[in-house]
Amino acid sequence: MEKQNSSLPFSNILVIVASGVLFGLGLSVSEMVNPVRVLGFLNVLGSWDPTLIFVMAGALTVAVPGFQYAKLMHKPFLSIEFSMPGKKDLDKKLILGAVLFGIGWGLAGICPGPSLVALNSLDVRVVAFVVAMLAGIFLHDRIFPD
Amino acid sequence: MTGFSFINAFSGGIMIGIATVLMFLCLGKITGISGIVGGLVKPASGPVGWRLIFILSLMVGGAVYPSLWGRDLPVELNGSWVLYFVAGLIVGFGTRTGSGCTSGHGICGLARFSPRSMVATVTFILAAVVTHTLVNVFTG
Repeated sequence: MEKQNSSLPFSNILVIVASGVLFGLGLSVSEMVNPVRVLGFLNVLGSWDPTLIFVMAGALTVAVPGFQYAKLMHKPFLSIEFSMPGKKDLDKKLILGAVLFGIGWGLAGICPGPSLVALNSLDVRVVAFVVAMLAGIFLHDRIFPD
Repeated sequence: MTGFSFINAFSGGIMIGIATVLMFLCLGKITGISGIVGGLVKPASGPVGWRLIFILSLMVGGAVYPSLWGRDLPVELNGSWVLYFVAGLIVGFGTRTGSGCTSGHGICGLARFSPRSMVATVTFILAAVVTHTLVNVFTG
């Protein structure tokens, strides 16, 4: 459980804004914000678009050393502790959830990050996706309150 | 889609990687978009301020892209809004059930060598490939 703090230090806000903007720019520059690119990657029997592989490779080139370095740190630079995902087991929920997410992702070519960035297109279909995604999250948490 | 190269894909990926590392090394937070949004839908689970700031900044990134890169935001959609609504519903529900999406499992999880994330990433990519292939077969 995260600590309840009423106000975020300015340094933290700076990091969150920088990270958010960089993430949004990265999804745009790499065209992962474009469903056609993603569906092209999933289209293994047709004209396959390997773009997503290069995006993952770029991201992991930075993220692997970064996250591995974190294992040597006692605490993050600007906060009290690392909030690590608590679950360790490979359970049915993980598989079922990943299958469901994959089905939705395969239908539209949109996943959560790109959907929010693509809202900038002002296309009503992106709005429909995001509203439904929020509804799906809400529904899940109503059915399985943890 | 002209003027696009794999250099763009790789450098965009590097930017995403830097974003996740910044969040983790500085604040100790996993940059999983479905998790961050989920905490907004269910505010009782913890503070919402940083989540809101992150999501807004993420959207700002897409908003400033055209002026910085001199290109329109590439968003091409096919099909009706009903398809996108149904897909969004399944994505929202599924990411909560499976505790993550492409960013949380696919980048942060893989980067910290989490077995759960490796299994989840392989599973959702396979499910997406099968779904897209079946849709292609049935719709031509």
